Amino acid sequence: MAAELHVELVAADRQVWSGEATLVVARTTSGDIGVMPGHQPLLGVLESGPVTIRTSDGGTVVAAVHGGFISFADNKLSLLAETAELSDEIDVQREERELERAKAAGDATAERRADVRLRAATAR
Amino acid sequence: MGAQLRVYKRRIRSVTATKKITKAMEMIAASRVVKAQRKVRASAPYATELTRAVTAVGTGSNTKHPLTTEAETPTRSAVLLLTSDRGLAGAFNSNAIKAAELLTARLEAEGKEVDTYIVGRRGLAHYHFRERKVVESWTGFTDEPSYADAKKVAAPLIEAIETETADGGVDELHIVYTEFVSMMTQTALGDRLLPLSLDEVAEEGAAKGDEILPLYDFEPSAEDVLDALLPRYVESRIYNALLQSAASKHAATRRAMKSATDNAGELINTLSRLANAARQAEITQEISEIVGGASALADATAGSDR
Repeated sequence: MAAELHVELVAADRQVWSGEATLVVARTTSGDIGVMPGHQPLLGVLESGPVTIRTSDGGTVVAAVHGGFISFADNKLSLLAETAELSDEIDVQREERELERAKAAGDATAERRADVRLRAATAR
Repeated sequence: MGAQLRVYKRRIRSVTATKKITKAMEMIAASRVVKAQRKVRASAPYATELTRAVTAVGTGSNTKHPLTTEAETPTRSAVLLLTSDRGLAGAFNSNAIKAAELLTARLEAEGKEVDTYIVGRRGLAHYHFRERKVVESWTGFTDEPSYADAKKVAAPLIEAIETETADGGVDELHIVYTEFVSMMTQTALGDRLLPLSLDEVAEEGAAKGDEILPLYDFEPSAEDVLDALLPRYVESRIYNALLQSAASKHAATRRAMKSATDNAGELINTLSRLANAARQAEITQEISEIVGGASALADATAGSDR
């Protein structure tokens, strides 16, 4: 059995996902970071971007995460986000509309959010 | 029907209608408490993880940050008071307001100016009526606060604390809210949110039986992490306080409406007894009138016979 790490993906108002994984890739302010079991204790600031979790049964979970933190210690990884959605919770059409609207309105934050969600949804 | 009896009947009808309403409100509040409690629980993992992270930075590095360092002579404090938009919740709002006033008086006695921030129409009305200054206020979401609401409340407070005191900023941030202890007990209390004393946070963590925290590698740096972390920590604390206030308010409403329903039931009992007595008195009077009339008639005929 491959080494595993325990992942908790929590948003401010709910727990989004939790389980065992072999690899987690997330985007911090200084670039993408991959965490595998046995990584050195880490605390980082997340950018909004997709987070990829390779689960121990071989599946992949993708989530769109907007701001937050990654912390890893004792083979336990916590991803804290103000808002986070799993890729299968994302409504692609709605986000496409949202992206259009944000572009038209020149709202950079909303545009980025919609873009991240779309990328997470298509990466599944 | 006699006038007295009619009055009683009318009052019984009106109290019955009121009782139905309070009963319905009690049941609505009861279901909302459960929902609000669930939200408090759902927000717990985020708060716990965030507290862990703050503790980790606080203990794992000797970084100084405006949000964690105490001013040598604090001259101005901000007090955030959480009340509800609607009343009918017993002493819920007055307890919170009283706690805020006690805290304000204490801070003023320590020689600090106090800026008041208020959430909820009830608290705002209280302060407006007394023509006290309120720096900023928010209403309309106290029944079911969302994280976005907490962010909205936290933003100006964080800004105020980051501003130099000379430029109108504040040195301390206190929050007054109603802690949801249980269905029956809710206590209004004032807490100092900022400056954050990391020892306290660490103690809190230790009290919960946390293990000793490892030395973290900070990405990109401890200062940046702390910079990003502390505002989130404040938001999460405010969010938690908002949720607890909402749960407490619903619990208080439930209790107030329950006693209102009980009182209405008692009132109906008393009024029914009075109405019965009035009806009985009426009947007795009628009978005595008839008997009196009959005996007067009998006397009269007996007299004419003679």
